[in-house]
Amino acid sequence: MINPTTPIKAESRDLNFFYNGGNHALKSVNMPLYENKITALIGPSGCGKSTFLRCFNRMHDLYPGNKYQGQIVMHPDNTNILEHGVDPIEVRMRISMVFQKPNPFPKSIYENVAYGLRVRGESNKRQLDDKVEEALKGAALWNEVKDRLQDLAFNLSGGQQQRLCIARALATDPEIMLFDEPTSALDPIATANIEELMSELKQKLTILVVTHNMQQAARVSDYTAYMYLGELMEYDDTNTIFTRPSRKETEDYITGKFG
Amino acid sequence: MMSTNMTTKKPTSSTPASVLKNLGEVRAMIKRHKLNDYLFSLIGLLALSLALLTLMTLFMDLVIDGYQRFNLDFFSNFPSRRAGSAGLLSAWVGSALVMLVTFIVAVPMGVAAGLYLEEYAPKNWFSDLIEINVTNLAGVPSIVYGLLALGLFVYILGLGQSILTAGLTLGLLILPIVIVSTRESIRAIPTAIREAAYAVGATKWQVVYDHVLKYSYGGILTGVIIGMARALGETAPIITIGALTFIAFLPPSPVSDVAPFINFEWLSSGFTVLPIQMFNWLSRPDHAFHINAAATGAIIILLTLLMNGTAIYLRYKIRKNIKW
Repeated sequence: MINPTTPIKAESRDLNFFYNGGNHALKSVNMPLYENKITALIGPSGCGKSTFLRCFNRMHDLYPGNKYQGQIVMHPDNTNILEHGVDPIEVRMRISMVFQKPNPFPKSIYENVAYGLRVRGESNKRQLDDKVEEALKGAALWNEVKDRLQDLAFNLSGGQQQRLCIARALATDPEIMLFDEPTSALDPIATANIEELMSELKQKLTILVVTHNMQQAARVSDYTAYMYLGELMEYDDTNTIFTRPSRKETEDYITGKFG
Repeated sequence: MMSTNMTTKKPTSSTPASVLKNLGEVRAMIKRHKLNDYLFSLIGLLALSLALLTLMTLFMDLVIDGYQRFNLDFFSNFPSRRAGSAGLLSAWVGSALVMLVTFIVAVPMGVAAGLYLEEYAPKNWFSDLIEINVTNLAGVPSIVYGLLALGLFVYILGLGQSILTAGLTLGLLILPIVIVSTRESIRAIPTAIREAAYAVGATKWQVVYDHVLKYSYGGILTGVIIGMARALGETAPIITIGALTFIAFLPPSPVSDVAPFINFEWLSSGFTVLPIQMFNWLSRPDHAFHINAAATGAIIILLTLLMNGTAIYLRYKIRKNIKW
């Protein structure tokens, strides 16, 4: 059971989402994200996990014709980040994202991490240096790259690139970090590194992670949401979901009978 | 050899005859299919060498006819009534200045238009219509541009038969090439990179300036150079706007030794360009002038090859650091 006194960082209220063309991808999703916790989204392909995740940084605004209904409210300021008056850029400044495949810019390691700060108008060299170092340390990459910060990011291995993307997302001190299947393109060792990193990061911020890997959800998350066909089927602490789910559908999915 | 190999191996009890027969069929099939590979590469090679051979023949022919004129005098002399002392000076200076105007006109306009169409314009039937028209413009015969320029630049705007008019005309001519190559280079940037930039809070212009332009300028540059190489050889539109064919003076220099050190008088000067000079010499009955024409032709081809070669080299060099 979820302890009702756990502080909430953000919550979706009656969230509906329609893709261009009318596909009703999210249906009245009500879900809180608890502060300094990792929440995992699981469910079969096409169930709306990534769609839900991408609502949190208004990624859908990049493509014409997409439509939100309902609210995502961030605490403590109670801002509804889906409201028309709220600029998606403001939202992305507070909520950062790590993608499925590592997607560093074709720039140096340093510039990749510094980019978010530059976008915010930071140009002080010392300030940038400090922030870059802090973010790279936070992403457990500093020791591997400190002597070659000016190297191209493409020269790093896949796992290092993904940690670089985490550093990039971390450098701007986000309140929430979104992970969209962050390890699906990585080998088991790199995956373990990233998972360990996520557990450390939650000391500072709130994490929402989409994963296809049930073990990963069980290992890394505090809460787990099972989604199916755009609906939130069950949401509880991870232990409960994996040991005594209350719905038959959830049990079938996590035991591999379905999906 | 393969079949002898097969027969020397005695079928063991675990490999029934039907499997071996099947394997034989599969191998025969692979052989047949490989023959197609071989055939196609042969046809391709033939087509390629035919094209190259034609170009080489043409080029060598011009070089053989005109090699005796390849000396400094040829580049530093004005045209003359005597073929032997006639030179290209006014033509290459004219070409260079016209190219300069063309570049200044076509590049900012073409890149901005391509960027707008790709990044900013809403995707609807109207932008589709514009896209089709831009692509069509690239196929409009160059003499039509000449007629447009004669009407618009020479008569309506009164710019005269000047370097400015020629530069604007050729600028319009290569505009679609620049637009299309800009759009194609921009499209090659993966969505994931754009999303990464937006996800850290970049505005559209920050994404365009910091990423889209930086990662696509190799491709854009290639398009620009190829467009310029085409403009260099264009003759019809320049003749249409009334370029002079015999010019024994240079336009006023764009730079001077007194402030403000640059002037724009040269823009309104009469001019000639390399292909027109070549055309002029070719239309003379005296064979000695044909030697000059051949030499000029060889120089134009050489310049075109040089420009295209630079484009290929730059693209390779810039793309080396970008992998997707």
